[in-house]
Amino acid sequence: MIGLTHYLVVAAILFTLGVLGIFLNRKNLIVILMAIELILLAVNINLVAFAAYLHDLVGQVFAMFVLTVAAGEAAIGLAILVIYFRGRGTIAVDDVNRMKG
Amino acid sequence: MIQAIAFYLFAAVVIVSAVMTIASRNPVHSVMWLILAFFNAAGLMVLVGAEFIAMLLVIVYVGAVAVLFLFVVMMLDIDFAEMRAGVARYFGIGLALAVALAAEVMVAVGAWSAGQIDLSRRAAPIDPAVPNIAAIGQLLYTRYLFIFEAAGLVLLVAMIGAIVLTHRERGGTRYQNISRQNARRPQDAVRNVDQPVGQGVQL
Repeated sequence: MIGLTHYLVVAAILFTLGVLGIFLNRKNLIVILMAIELILLAVNINLVAFAAYLHDLVGQVFAMFVLTVAAGEAAIGLAILVIYFRGRGTIAVDDVNRMKG
Repeated sequence: MIQAIAFYLFAAVVIVSAVMTIASRNPVHSVMWLILAFFNAAGLMVLVGAEFIAMLLVIVYVGAVAVLFLFVVMMLDIDFAEMRAGVARYFGIGLALAVALAAEVMVAVGAWSAGQIDLSRRAAPIDPAVPNIAAIGQLLYTRYLFIFEAAGLVLLVAMIGAIVLTHRERGGTRYQNISRQNARRPQDAVRNVDQPVGQGVQL
């Protein structure tokens, strides 16, 4: 039978794939943003699975707020990407050194 | 039985499409795989009875975020082939980090199934008689009203921020000046002349 552990394992694999995606696509900022979306999706799956397992609705409410922040993050991240590309003509993360941080 | 089949189907497709998202050469394909991953994650959430979150996932991610990604991918004129050049360089450390993370999470899951830490009482127990959406609505508009408003504020700030960041003043465009337009009177603009015949017009 399907238990909480199954969901946790799926979410863990998704989270790991997201982290791996950030490392694999070091030059492509768009895919890095997509990998961050994958990580947030894994977090949402965890929240919903625990909400169902503990019979507590707060997990689902919290998943909704995570979804909100993820949508805002995608919008702002892509806007920054667009103006960066407009100024530099590249989106390679390795070349991002304008702020000398 | 049918639940198990559905779970394994959704879980397998989610993981495969996540792999393809990060491994695709073409970012447009990445976005398509991301959409598939979100659809199947929504299926996983329907399986545990979180219909509202599942629908929200489909509407927000597939309807808005994925389309936004597609727009940006197609707007930028980038040679994506040479972007894959550094993959081999970071594959080792990335894989090591990912394996370490996965091992840690597995340890946490194992500890959870060995015996959970007893947390405090349930904050909002699920009532089987109330539908999921109604229950979330009742919770959201009473106890979590202010957090809900704050979430709306976050979205507003994100929207304004994205517009302000990407807005660009273009030279050579003519804008309507409404106050000047309204202040203009016929006596400033029109002149009556008694034009003699054969003398030409003076402008």
